[in-house]
Amino acid sequence: MSSYVVTLTTLFTIQAIVACGLNVIVGFAGQISLGHAAFFGIGAYAAAVLSAKVGLSFWVALPVVLLITGLMGLLLGLPSLRLKEDFLAITTIGINFIVVATFNYVPFLGGAMGLGGIPSISFLGTTLRGNGFLLLCLAGLALVLLVCWWFTRCWAGLACAAIREDETAASSMGISPVRFKLLAFVVGTAMAGLGGALYAHYMHFVSPSDFAFPVSVQLLSILVLGGMGTLWGPVLGAAVLGILPEVFRPLTDYRMFLYAALLLLMIRFQPGGLLGEQSLARSLLRKTFGKGGGTHE
Amino acid sequence: MQLFLEQLLNGIGVGSTYALITLGLALVYGIMRILHIAHAAVYTVGAYIGLGVFSATGNLWLGVLVSMAGCAVLGVLIERLVYFPLLSFPPFVPLISSIALLIGIQELCRLVAGPYIQSFDAPLPVPGVTLLGIRISSSLATVYVVTAVVLVLLWFLTTRTELGLAMRAASQDMDTASANGINSHAIVDVTFMIGSAVAAVAGILVGIHYNQVYPTMGAVPAYKTLALIVVGGLGSVPGAVIAAILLGVGETLLIGYAGIPLPRNALAFIIMILVLLWRPQGLFVRK
Repeated sequence: MSSYVVTLTTLFTIQAIVACGLNVIVGFAGQISLGHAAFFGIGAYAAAVLSAKVGLSFWVALPVVLLITGLMGLLLGLPSLRLKEDFLAITTIGINFIVVATFNYVPFLGGAMGLGGIPSISFLGTTLRGNGFLLLCLAGLALVLLVCWWFTRCWAGLACAAIREDETAASSMGISPVRFKLLAFVVGTAMAGLGGALYAHYMHFVSPSDFAFPVSVQLLSILVLGGMGTLWGPVLGAAVLGILPEVFRPLTDYRMFLYAALLLLMIRFQPGGLLGEQSLARSLLRKTFGKGGGTHE
Repeated sequence: MQLFLEQLLNGIGVGSTYALITLGLALVYGIMRILHIAHAAVYTVGAYIGLGVFSATGNLWLGVLVSMAGCAVLGVLIERLVYFPLLSFPPFVPLISSIALLIGIQELCRLVAGPYIQSFDAPLPVPGVTLLGIRISSSLATVYVVTAVVLVLLWFLTTRTELGLAMRAASQDMDTASANGINSHAIVDVTFMIGSAVAAVAGILVGIHYNQVYPTMGAVPAYKTLALIVVGGLGSVPGAVIAAILLGVGETLLIGYAGIPLPRNALAFIIMILVLLWRPQGLFVRK
Protein backbone atom coordinates (compact mmCIF):
# COMPACT_ATOMS: atom_id res chain seq x y z
CA MET A 1 0.00 0.00 0.00
CA SER A 2 1.20 3.50 -0.65
CA SER A 3 1.96 5.62 2.41
CA TYR A 4 -1.00 7.85 1.50
CA VAL A 5 -3.42 4.94 1.79
CA VAL A 6 -1.76 3.78 5.01
CA THR A 7 -2.14 7.24 6.59
CA LEU A 8 -5.77 7.44 5.52
CA THR A 9 -6.54 3.97 6.84
CA THR A 10 -4.78 4.68 10.15
CA LEU A 11 -6.79 7.85 10.68
CA PHE A 12 -10.14 6.28 9.97
CA THR A 13 -9.29 3.25 12.09
CA ILE A 14 -8.70 5.62 15.02
CA GLN A 15 -12.00 7.36 14.25
CA ALA A 16 -13.74 4.00 14.14
CA ILE A 17 -12.39 3.16 17.62
CA VAL A 18 -13.73 6.44 19.02
CA ALA A 19 -17.04 6.02 17.18
CA CYS A 20 -17.41 2.52 18.67
CA GLY A 21 -17.15 4.14 22.09
CA LEU A 22 -19.88 6.60 21.17
CA ASN A 23 -21.93 3.67 19.90
CA VAL A 24 -21.80 2.05 23.34
CA ILE A 25 -23.21 5.22 24.93
CA VAL A 26 -25.74 6.23 22.26
CA GLY A 27 -26.48 3.06 20.34
CA PHE A 28 -26.42 0.46 23.12
CA ALA A 29 -27.47 2.47 26.17
CA GLY A 30 -29.58 5.12 24.44
CA GLN A 31 -27.92 8.07 26.20
CA ILE A 32 -27.53 10.80 23.60
CA SER A 33 -24.07 12.36 23.73
CA LEU A 34 -23.06 15.24 21.50
CA GLY A 35 -19.72 15.84 23.21
CA HIS A 36 -17.79 12.67 22.51
CA ALA A 37 -14.87 14.58 20.99
CA ALA A 38 -14.22 15.93 24.49
CA PHE A 39 -13.34 12.42 25.71
CA PHE A 40 -11.30 11.75 22.59
CA GLY A 41 -9.45 14.96 23.48
CA ILE A 42 -9.04 14.07 27.15
CA GLY A 43 -7.50 10.75 26.09
CA ALA A 44 -5.17 12.43 23.61
CA TYR A 45 -4.08 15.15 26.04
CA ALA A 46 -3.60 12.65 28.87
CA ALA A 47 -1.38 10.51 26.62
CA ALA A 48 0.47 13.60 25.43
CA VAL A 49 1.18 14.87 28.93
CA LEU A 50 2.18 11.45 30.26
CA SER A 51 4.60 10.76 27.42
CA ALA A 52 5.94 14.20 26.50
CA LYS A 53 6.04 15.78 29.98
CA VAL A 54 6.23 12.86 32.44
CA GLY A 55 8.26 10.63 30.11
CA LEU A 56 6.28 7.41 30.41
CA SER A 57 6.27 5.01 27.48
CA PHE A 58 3.01 4.46 25.57
CA TRP A 59 2.48 1.01 27.06
CA VAL A 60 2.85 2.22 30.64
CA ALA A 61 0.81 5.33 30.02
CA LEU A 62 -2.06 3.57 28.23
CA PRO A 63 -3.71 2.00 31.32
CA VAL A 64 -3.43 5.37 33.10
CA VAL A 65 -5.01 7.12 30.11
CA LEU A 66 -7.87 4.62 30.03
CA LEU A 67 -8.34 5.08 33.76
CA ILE A 68 -8.40 8.88 33.45
CA THR A 69 -10.87 8.93 30.54
CA GLY A 70 -13.02 6.28 32.22
CA LEU A 71 -13.14 8.38 35.40
CA MET A 72 -13.99 11.49 33.39
CA GLY A 73 -16.72 9.48 31.70
CA LEU A 74 -18.05 8.48 35.12
CA LEU A 75 -17.98 12.09 36.30
CA LEU A 76 -19.53 13.56 33.17
CA GLY A 77 -21.99 10.69 32.92
CA LEU A 78 -23.52 11.89 36.19
CA PRO A 79 -25.71 14.55 34.47
CA SER A 80 -27.25 11.74 32.42
CA LEU A 81 -28.79 10.39 35.61
CA ARG A 82 -30.88 13.50 36.05
CA LEU A 83 -31.33 14.65 32.47
CA LYS A 84 -32.91 13.02 29.48
CA GLU A 85 -32.77 13.31 25.71
CA ASP A 86 -32.78 17.00 24.69
CA PHE A 87 -31.42 18.19 28.01
CA LEU A 88 -28.66 15.61 27.96
CA ALA A 89 -27.80 16.46 24.35
CA ILE A 90 -27.35 20.14 25.21
CA THR A 91 -25.41 19.36 28.37
CA THR A 92 -22.96 17.19 26.44
CA ILE A 93 -22.52 19.98 23.85
CA GLY A 94 -21.71 22.20 26.82
CA ILE A 95 -19.20 19.70 28.19
CA ASN A 96 -17.45 19.66 24.81
CA PHE A 97 -17.17 23.47 24.79
CA ILE A 98 -15.90 23.57 28.38
CA VAL A 99 -13.27 20.88 27.81
CA VAL A 100 -11.97 22.57 24.65
CA ALA A 101 -11.91 25.93 26.47
CA THR A 102 -9.83 24.30 29.22
CA PHE A 103 -7.34 22.94 26.67
CA ASN A 104 -7.23 26.41 25.16
CA TYR A 105 -6.63 28.39 28.33
CA VAL A 106 -4.43 26.20 30.52
CA PRO A 107 -0.78 27.11 29.82
CA PHE A 108 0.44 23.69 31.06
CA LEU A 109 -1.51 22.05 28.20
CA GLY A 110 0.09 24.32 25.64
CA GLY A 111 -2.89 26.65 25.24
CA ALA A 112 -4.10 27.41 21.75
CA MET A 113 -0.68 26.50 20.31
CA GLY A 114 -1.18 22.85 21.23
CA LEU A 115 1.14 20.33 22.78
CA GLY A 116 3.99 18.87 20.73
CA GLY A 117 6.97 16.56 21.12
CA ILE A 118 4.97 13.39 21.65
CA PRO A 119 7.34 10.46 20.97
CA SER A 120 6.60 7.54 18.65
CA ILE A 121 5.51 4.22 20.05
CA SER A 122 8.12 1.49 20.22
CA PHE A 123 7.21 -2.17 20.40
CA LEU A 124 9.81 -4.85 21.22
CA GLY A 125 12.58 -2.38 20.44
CA THR A 126 11.30 -1.26 17.05
CA THR A 127 9.66 2.10 16.47
CA LEU A 128 6.18 1.73 15.02
CA ARG A 129 5.70 3.68 11.81
CA GLY A 130 3.47 3.36 8.75
CA ASN A 131 2.28 -0.23 8.46
CA GLY A 132 3.39 -1.06 12.00
CA PHE A 133 1.31 1.74 13.49
CA LEU A 134 -1.64 0.76 11.31
CA LEU A 135 -1.40 -2.79 12.65
CA LEU A 136 -1.43 -1.45 16.21
CA CYS A 137 -4.55 0.62 15.42
CA LEU A 138 -6.24 -2.36 13.80
CA ALA A 139 -5.45 -4.44 16.88
CA GLY A 140 -6.98 -1.69 19.00
CA LEU A 141 -10.09 -1.68 16.78
CA ALA A 142 -10.34 -5.46 17.00
CA LEU A 143 -10.15 -5.25 20.79
CA VAL A 144 -12.82 -2.55 20.90
CA LEU A 145 -15.09 -4.52 18.57
CA LEU A 146 -14.61 -7.59 20.73
CA VAL A 147 -15.67 -5.63 23.80
CA CYS A 148 -18.68 -4.26 21.86
CA TRP A 149 -19.62 -7.74 20.70
CA TRP A 150 -19.39 -9.03 24.23
CA PHE A 151 -21.34 -6.03 25.44
CA THR A 152 -24.29 -6.90 23.19
CA ARG A 153 -24.41 -10.38 24.70
CA CYS A 154 -23.48 -10.06 28.35
CA TRP A 155 -25.96 -9.29 31.09
CA ALA A 156 -24.79 -5.70 31.58
CA GLY A 157 -25.19 -4.99 27.87
CA LEU A 158 -28.68 -6.46 27.80
CA ALA A 159 -29.56 -4.35 30.84
CA CYS A 160 -28.35 -1.26 28.95
CA ALA A 161 -30.50 -2.22 25.96
CA ALA A 162 -33.48 -2.61 28.27
CA ILE A 163 -32.89 0.88 29.70
CA ARG A 164 -32.59 2.24 26.17
CA GLU A 165 -35.94 0.76 25.16
CA ASP A 166 -37.90 1.70 28.28
CA GLU A 167 -36.25 2.96 31.40
CA THR A 168 -39.31 2.70 33.63
CA ALA A 169 -40.05 -0.87 32.60
CA ALA A 170 -36.39 -1.83 33.03
CA SER A 171 -36.14 -0.39 36.51
CA SER A 172 -39.37 -2.07 37.52
CA MET A 173 -37.67 -5.35 36.60
CA GLY A 174 -34.94 -4.58 39.10
CA ILE A 175 -32.36 -3.15 36.69
CA SER A 176 -30.64 -0.13 38.21
CA PRO A 177 -30.55 2.58 35.52
CA VAL A 178 -27.90 4.47 37.52
CA ARG A 179 -25.39 1.65 37.48
CA PHE A 180 -25.75 0.68 33.85
CA LYS A 181 -25.91 4.19 32.43
CA LEU A 182 -22.66 4.99 34.22
CA LEU A 183 -21.16 1.69 33.06
CA ALA A 184 -21.99 2.56 29.45
CA PHE A 185 -20.41 6.00 29.89
CA VAL A 186 -17.24 4.53 31.41
CA VAL A 187 -16.84 1.86 28.71
CA GLY A 188 -17.64 4.31 25.90
CA THR A 189 -15.30 7.04 27.10
CA ALA A 190 -12.46 4.60 27.81
CA MET A 191 -12.69 3.56 24.14
CA ALA A 192 -12.50 7.24 23.18
CA GLY A 193 -9.43 7.45 25.43
CA LEU A 194 -7.76 4.60 23.56
CA GLY A 195 -8.47 6.34 20.27
CA GLY A 196 -7.14 9.60 21.71
CA ALA A 197 -3.90 8.02 22.90
CA LEU A 198 -3.30 6.44 19.48
CA TYR A 199 -4.09 9.75 17.79
CA ALA A 200 -1.67 11.73 19.99
CA HIS A 201 1.20 9.32 19.31
CA TYR A 202 0.44 9.19 15.61
CA MET A 203 0.27 12.95 15.07
CA HIS A 204 3.06 13.72 17.63
CA PHE A 205 1.05 16.87 18.31
CA VAL A 206 -2.36 17.72 19.77
CA SER A 207 -4.22 21.01 19.61
CA PRO A 208 -7.59 22.05 21.09
CA SER A 209 -9.32 22.45 17.72
CA ASP A 210 -8.78 18.74 16.95
CA PHE A 211 -11.40 17.97 19.59
CA ALA A 212 -13.89 20.79 19.11
CA PHE A 213 -17.63 20.36 18.71
CA PRO A 214 -17.56 19.76 14.92
CA VAL A 215 -15.54 16.60 15.63
CA SER A 216 -18.34 15.39 17.91
CA VAL A 217 -20.77 16.03 15.08
CA GLN A 218 -18.53 14.09 12.75
CA LEU A 219 -18.40 11.15 15.17
CA LEU A 220 -22.17 11.18 15.47
CA SER A 221 -22.45 11.36 11.67
CA ILE A 222 -20.25 8.26 11.43
CA LEU A 223 -22.65 6.49 13.75
CA VAL A 224 -25.78 7.69 11.98
CA LEU A 225 -24.38 6.79 8.60
CA GLY A 226 -23.18 3.34 9.61
CA GLY A 227 -26.11 2.44 11.79
CA MET A 228 -26.60 3.19 15.45
CA GLY A 229 -26.51 0.24 17.82
CA THR A 230 -25.06 -2.15 15.25
CA LEU A 231 -21.68 -3.81 15.72
CA TRP A 232 -20.08 -2.91 12.39
CA GLY A 233 -21.92 0.37 11.80
CA PRO A 234 -19.23 2.64 13.30
CA VAL A 235 -16.51 0.91 11.26
CA LEU A 236 -18.43 1.19 8.00
CA GLY A 237 -19.41 4.79 8.79
CA ALA A 238 -15.83 5.77 9.59
CA ALA A 239 -14.59 4.12 6.39
CA VAL A 240 -17.20 5.85 4.21
CA LEU A 241 -16.76 9.26 5.83
CA GLY A 242 -12.99 8.81 5.85
CA ILE A 243 -12.85 8.03 2.14
CA LEU A 244 -15.49 10.51 0.95
CA PRO A 245 -13.46 13.67 1.66
CA GLU A 246 -10.67 12.18 -0.45
CA VAL A 247 -13.12 11.49 -3.28
CA PHE A 248 -14.44 15.03 -2.93
CA ARG A 249 -10.91 16.48 -2.86
CA PRO A 250 -11.19 18.07 -6.31
CA LEU A 251 -14.24 19.86 -4.90
CA THR A 252 -12.39 21.13 -1.80
CA ASP A 253 -14.46 24.26 -1.63
CA TYR A 254 -17.78 22.38 -1.66
CA ARG A 255 -16.64 19.55 0.59
CA MET A 256 -18.28 20.56 3.86
CA PHE A 257 -21.46 21.51 2.04
CA LEU A 258 -21.68 18.12 0.32
CA TYR A 259 -20.88 16.46 3.63
CA ALA A 260 -23.78 18.21 5.37
CA ALA A 261 -26.13 17.55 2.46
CA LEU A 262 -25.22 13.86 2.48
CA LEU A 263 -25.84 13.61 6.22
CA LEU A 264 -29.19 15.33 5.82
CA LEU A 265 -30.33 13.07 2.97
CA MET A 266 -29.12 10.02 4.89
CA ILE A 267 -31.12 10.93 8.01
CA ARG A 268 -34.17 11.89 6.00
CA PHE A 269 -34.37 8.70 3.96
CA GLN A 270 -32.37 6.09 5.92
CA PRO A 271 -32.56 7.12 9.58
CA GLY A 272 -31.44 3.65 10.69
CA GLY A 273 -28.10 3.99 8.94
CA LEU A 274 -26.49 1.80 6.28
CA LEU A 275 -26.56 -1.26 8.53
CA GLY A 276 -29.73 -0.45 10.49
CA GLU A 277 -32.64 -2.79 10.95
CA GLN A 278 -34.66 -1.54 7.96
CA SER A 279 -31.86 -0.30 5.74
CA LEU A 280 -31.46 -0.92 2.02
CA ALA A 281 -28.06 -2.51 2.51
CA ARG A 282 -29.35 -4.96 5.07
CA SER A 283 -32.37 -6.01 3.05
CA LEU A 284 -30.05 -6.49 0.05
CA LEU A 285 -27.77 -8.65 2.22
CA ARG A 286 -30.76 -10.63 3.38
CA LYS A 287 -31.91 -11.21 -0.18
CA THR A 288 -28.46 -12.34 -1.30
CA PHE A 289 -27.40 -14.44 1.64
CA GLY A 290 -30.74 -15.60 2.97
CA LYS A 291 -31.43 -14.77 6.58
CA GLY A 292 -29.04 -12.92 8.88
CA GLY A 293 -27.54 -9.68 7.69
CA GLY A 294 -24.15 -10.12 9.34
CA THR A 295 -24.49 -7.95 12.42
CA HIS A 296 -26.32 -8.64 15.63
CA GLU A 297 -30.09 -8.65 15.63
CA MET B 1 -20.33 53.91 39.15
CA GLN B 2 -20.64 55.43 35.72
CA LEU B 3 -18.47 52.70 34.22
CA PHE B 4 -20.57 50.08 35.97
CA LEU B 5 -23.79 51.55 34.57
CA GLU B 6 -22.33 51.65 31.09
CA GLN B 7 -21.25 48.02 31.41
CA LEU B 8 -24.71 47.15 32.65
CA LEU B 9 -26.36 48.88 29.69
CA ASN B 10 -24.01 47.13 27.30
CA GLY B 11 -24.83 43.83 28.97
CA ILE B 12 -28.54 44.46 28.54
CA GLY B 13 -27.84 45.21 24.86
CA VAL B 14 -25.96 41.93 24.39
CA GLY B 15 -28.72 40.13 26.27
CA SER B 16 -31.39 41.72 24.05
CA THR B 17 -29.76 40.38 20.91
CA TYR B 18 -29.59 36.93 22.52
CA ALA B 19 -33.25 37.29 23.45
CA LEU B 20 -34.28 38.05 19.85
CA ILE B 21 -32.48 34.95 18.55
CA THR B 22 -33.71 32.76 21.39
CA LEU B 23 -37.35 33.80 20.93
CA GLY B 24 -37.78 31.89 17.70
CA LEU B 25 -36.10 28.85 19.15
CA ALA B 26 -38.34 28.89 22.23
CA LEU B 27 -41.46 29.23 20.04
CA VAL B 28 -40.39 26.30 17.86
CA TYR B 29 -39.45 24.12 20.79
CA GLY B 30 -42.70 24.95 22.52
CA ILE B 31 -44.76 23.69 19.62
CA MET B 32 -42.70 20.91 18.05
CA ARG B 33 -40.33 19.76 20.84
CA ILE B 34 -37.43 20.00 18.39
CA LEU B 35 -34.13 21.69 19.20
CA HIS B 36 -33.94 23.83 16.10
CA ILE B 37 -30.19 24.50 16.00
CA ALA B 38 -30.45 25.56 12.35
CA HIS B 39 -32.36 28.60 13.63
CA ALA B 40 -28.96 30.29 13.91
CA ALA B 41 -28.41 29.59 10.20
CA VAL B 42 -31.72 31.31 9.43
CA TYR B 43 -30.41 34.26 11.43
CA THR B 44 -27.22 34.34 9.34
CA VAL B 45 -29.21 34.16 6.11
CA GLY B 46 -31.37 37.00 7.42
CA ALA B 47 -28.32 39.20 7.96
CA TYR B 48 -27.02 38.41 4.46
CA ILE B 49 -30.35 39.11 2.73
CA GLY B 50 -30.72 42.35 4.68
CA LEU B 51 -27.18 43.41 3.77
CA GLY B 52 -27.66 42.41 0.13
CA VAL B 53 -30.92 44.33 -0.34
CA PHE B 54 -29.55 47.31 1.59
CA SER B 55 -26.40 47.52 -0.55
CA ALA B 56 -28.42 47.13 -3.75
CA THR B 57 -31.18 49.66 -2.98
CA GLY B 58 -29.83 51.78 -0.12
CA ASN B 59 -33.11 51.30 1.74
CA LEU B 60 -32.71 49.61 5.13
CA TRP B 61 -36.45 49.14 5.70
CA LEU B 62 -36.84 47.35 2.38
CA GLY B 63 -33.88 45.15 3.40
CA VAL B 64 -35.56 44.27 6.69
CA LEU B 65 -38.87 43.44 5.01
CA VAL B 66 -37.34 41.30 2.25
CA SER B 67 -35.13 39.56 4.79
CA MET B 68 -38.06 38.78 7.09
CA ALA B 69 -40.07 37.39 4.18
CA GLY B 70 -37.13 35.36 2.89
CA CYS B 71 -36.38 33.88 6.30
CA ALA B 72 -40.05 33.08 6.90
CA VAL B 73 -40.04 31.06 3.67
CA LEU B 74 -36.74 29.39 4.62
CA GLY B 75 -38.12 28.49 8.06
CA VAL B 76 -41.25 26.91 6.61
CA LEU B 77 -39.18 25.00 4.04
CA ILE B 78 -36.98 23.60 6.81
CA GLU B 79 -40.01 22.55 8.80
CA ARG B 80 -41.84 20.97 5.82
CA LEU B 81 -38.89 19.23 4.20
CA VAL B 82 -36.81 18.19 7.21
CA TYR B 83 -38.50 18.29 10.61
CA PHE B 84 -42.09 17.28 9.93
CA PRO B 85 -41.23 13.95 8.26
CA LEU B 86 -38.91 13.12 11.18
CA LEU B 87 -41.37 13.79 14.00
CA SER B 88 -42.02 10.11 14.68
CA PHE B 89 -38.33 9.32 15.25
CA PRO B 90 -36.47 9.67 18.56
CA PRO B 91 -35.53 13.30 19.31
CA PHE B 92 -31.87 12.97 18.40
CA VAL B 93 -32.74 12.26 14.75
CA PRO B 94 -34.19 15.74 14.06
CA LEU B 95 -31.45 17.17 16.30
CA ILE B 96 -28.69 15.71 14.14
CA SER B 97 -30.43 16.80 10.94
CA SER B 98 -30.69 20.26 12.45
CA ILE B 99 -26.93 20.38 13.02
CA ALA B 100 -26.38 19.17 9.46
CA LEU B 101 -28.69 21.94 8.24
CA LEU B 102 -26.75 24.55 10.23
CA ILE B 103 -23.45 23.43 8.69
CA GLY B 104 -24.97 23.15 5.22
CA ILE B 105 -26.55 26.62 5.24
CA GLN B 106 -23.41 28.21 6.72
CA GLU B 107 -21.36 26.63 3.95
CA LEU B 108 -23.86 27.82 1.36
CA CYS B 109 -23.53 31.38 2.70
CA ARG B 110 -19.74 31.06 2.46
CA LEU B 111 -19.91 29.77 -1.11
CA VAL B 112 -22.36 32.45 -2.24
CA ALA B 113 -21.09 35.50 -0.34
CA GLY B 114 -17.45 34.65 0.27
CA PRO B 115 -15.66 33.72 3.50
CA TYR B 116 -14.60 37.24 4.53
CA ILE B 117 -16.28 39.60 6.97
CA GLN B 118 -18.51 42.17 5.29
CA SER B 119 -19.30 45.45 6.94
CA PHE B 120 -22.91 46.53 7.40
CA ASP B 121 -22.82 50.33 7.39
CA ALA B 122 -26.44 51.34 7.64
CA PRO B 123 -27.88 54.53 9.10
CA LEU B 124 -29.76 53.77 12.32
CA PRO B 125 -33.36 54.84 12.87
CA VAL B 126 -32.88 55.68 16.57
CA PRO B 127 -30.57 58.52 17.69
CA GLY B 128 -28.11 58.10 20.54
CA VAL B 129 -28.82 59.83 23.86
CA THR B 130 -26.84 60.99 26.86
CA LEU B 131 -28.68 60.55 30.15
CA LEU B 132 -27.14 61.88 33.39
CA GLY B 133 -23.71 61.68 31.84
CA ILE B 134 -24.19 58.11 30.63
CA ARG B 135 -24.01 57.77 26.90
CA ILE B 136 -26.20 55.32 25.03
CA SER B 137 -24.91 55.01 21.49
CA SER B 138 -27.26 55.06 18.55
CA SER B 139 -26.77 51.37 17.82
CA LEU B 140 -27.35 50.35 21.44
CA ALA B 141 -30.51 52.46 21.54
CA THR B 142 -31.70 50.77 18.35
CA VAL B 143 -31.12 47.34 19.91
CA TYR B 144 -33.26 48.35 22.91
CA VAL B 145 -36.08 49.83 20.84
CA VAL B 146 -36.27 46.97 18.34
CA THR B 147 -36.18 44.31 21.05
CA ALA B 148 -38.90 46.09 23.02
CA VAL B 149 -41.11 46.48 19.94
CA VAL B 150 -40.70 42.83 18.92
CA LEU B 151 -41.39 41.60 22.45
CA VAL B 152 -44.53 43.71 22.81
CA LEU B 153 -45.84 42.63 19.40
CA LEU B 154 -45.21 38.97 20.19
CA TRP B 155 -46.78 39.28 23.61
CA PHE B 156 -49.84 40.85 22.02
CA LEU B 157 -49.97 38.18 19.32
CA THR B 158 -49.69 35.22 21.66
CA THR B 159 -51.98 36.43 24.44
CA ARG B 160 -54.53 38.72 22.82
CA THR B 161 -55.37 37.17 19.44
CA GLU B 162 -57.14 34.06 18.28
CA LEU B 163 -54.04 32.94 16.39
CA GLY B 164 -52.05 33.18 19.62
CA LEU B 165 -54.67 31.11 21.42
CA ALA B 166 -54.43 28.45 18.71
CA MET B 167 -50.63 28.51 18.98
CA ARG B 168 -50.78 28.02 22.72
CA ALA B 169 -53.31 25.22 22.33
CA ALA B 170 -51.15 23.45 19.75
CA SER B 171 -48.09 23.76 21.96
CA GLN B 172 -49.95 22.15 24.85
CA ASP B 173 -51.09 19.15 22.87
CA MET B 174 -51.08 19.07 19.09
CA ASP B 175 -53.47 16.12 18.73
CA THR B 176 -56.08 17.52 21.08
CA ALA B 177 -55.83 20.89 19.35
CA SER B 178 -56.43 19.18 16.01
CA ALA B 179 -59.40 17.32 17.43
CA ASN B 180 -60.87 20.68 18.45
CA GLY B 181 -60.75 22.04 14.93
CA ILE B 182 -57.36 23.75 14.94
CA ASN B 183 -55.28 23.14 11.84
CA SER B 184 -52.16 22.16 13.77
CA HIS B 185 -49.85 21.88 10.79
CA ALA B 186 -50.80 25.39 9.70
CA ILE B 187 -50.11 26.62 13.23
CA VAL B 188 -46.68 24.97 13.12
CA ASP B 189 -46.03 26.75 9.81
CA VAL B 190 -47.05 30.09 11.28
CA THR B 191 -44.83 29.51 14.33
CA PHE B 192 -41.84 28.81 12.10
CA MET B 193 -42.64 31.90 9.99
CA ILE B 194 -42.81 34.19 13.02
CA GLY B 195 -39.73 32.72 14.68
CA SER B 196 -37.68 32.91 11.47
CA ALA B 197 -38.81 36.47 10.70
CA VAL B 198 -37.71 37.54 14.19
CA ALA B 199 -34.39 35.76 13.59
CA ALA B 200 -33.99 37.84 10.41
CA VAL B 201 -34.52 41.05 12.40
CA ALA B 202 -31.97 39.81 14.97
CA GLY B 203 -29.45 39.02 12.22
CA ILE B 204 -29.71 42.49 10.69
CA LEU B 205 -29.62 44.15 14.11
CA VAL B 206 -26.50 42.26 15.21
CA GLY B 207 -24.92 42.85 11.79
CA ILE B 208 -25.38 46.62 12.14
CA HIS B 209 -24.54 46.74 15.86
CA TYR B 210 -21.15 45.02 15.43
CA ASN B 211 -20.82 46.22 11.84
CA GLN B 212 -19.95 42.76 10.56
CA VAL B 213 -21.67 39.96 8.68
CA TYR B 214 -19.87 36.66 8.05
CA PRO B 215 -20.82 33.05 7.26
CA THR B 216 -20.17 31.60 10.73
CA MET B 217 -21.82 34.39 12.70
CA GLY B 218 -24.49 31.90 13.71
CA ALA B 219 -22.11 29.34 15.19
CA VAL B 220 -21.86 30.76 18.69
CA PRO B 221 -25.54 31.82 18.99
CA ALA B 222 -26.54 28.35 17.76
CA TYR B 223 -25.32 26.66 20.91
CA LYS B 224 -25.67 29.52 23.33
CA THR B 225 -29.38 29.91 22.58
CA LEU B 226 -29.78 26.20 23.33
CA ALA B 227 -28.32 26.84 26.76
CA LEU B 228 -30.71 29.76 27.15
CA ILE B 229 -33.92 27.94 26.33
CA VAL B 230 -32.85 25.16 28.66
CA VAL B 231 -32.13 27.52 31.54
CA GLY B 232 -35.31 29.47 30.85
CA GLY B 233 -37.35 26.30 30.83
CA LEU B 234 -37.86 24.57 27.50
CA GLY B 235 -40.62 26.19 25.50
CA SER B 236 -41.19 29.05 27.93
CA VAL B 237 -40.88 32.28 25.93
CA PRO B 238 -40.76 34.73 28.87
CA GLY B 239 -38.28 32.42 30.63
CA ALA B 240 -36.04 32.39 27.58
CA VAL B 241 -36.09 36.19 27.30
CA ILE B 242 -35.29 36.69 30.99
CA ALA B 243 -32.51 34.08 30.81
CA ALA B 244 -31.08 35.78 27.69
CA ILE B 245 -30.90 39.21 29.29
CA LEU B 246 -29.51 37.81 32.55
CA LEU B 247 -26.81 35.97 30.60
CA GLY B 248 -25.90 39.07 28.59
CA VAL B 249 -25.55 41.16 31.75
CA GLY B 250 -23.81 38.38 33.69
CA GLU B 251 -21.26 37.72 30.95
CA THR B 252 -20.45 41.38 30.42
CA LEU B 253 -20.03 42.10 34.13
CA LEU B 254 -18.05 38.92 34.81
CA ILE B 255 -15.65 39.68 31.99
CA GLY B 256 -15.45 43.36 32.92
CA TYR B 257 -14.79 42.84 36.62
CA ALA B 258 -13.90 39.28 37.58
CA GLY B 259 -11.23 38.82 34.92
CA ILE B 260 -12.07 35.13 34.44
CA PRO B 261 -9.78 33.74 31.74
CA LEU B 262 -12.36 31.37 30.23
CA PRO B 263 -14.19 32.67 27.17
CA ARG B 264 -17.83 33.78 27.28
CA ASN B 265 -19.20 30.62 25.76
CA ALA B 266 -17.58 28.24 28.19
CA LEU B 267 -18.88 30.38 31.07
CA ALA B 268 -22.40 30.29 29.66
CA PHE B 269 -22.27 26.50 29.45
CA ILE B 270 -20.85 26.09 32.95
CA ILE B 271 -23.71 28.21 34.30
CA MET B 272 -26.17 26.17 32.24
CA ILE B 273 -24.92 22.81 33.52
CA LEU B 274 -24.99 24.01 37.13
CA VAL B 275 -28.55 25.28 36.70
CA LEU B 276 -29.61 22.02 35.07
CA LEU B 277 -28.15 19.90 37.84
CA TRP B 278 -29.92 22.06 40.39
CA ARG B 279 -33.25 22.39 38.57
CA PRO B 280 -33.46 19.90 35.68
CA GLN B 281 -36.72 21.42 34.45
CA GLY B 282 -35.27 24.92 33.99
CA LEU B 283 -35.34 28.04 36.13
CA PHE B 284 -38.75 29.44 35.25
CA VAL B 285 -40.91 26.36 34.95
CA ARG B 286 -42.99 24.94 37.75
CA LYS B 287 -42.77 21.17 37.91
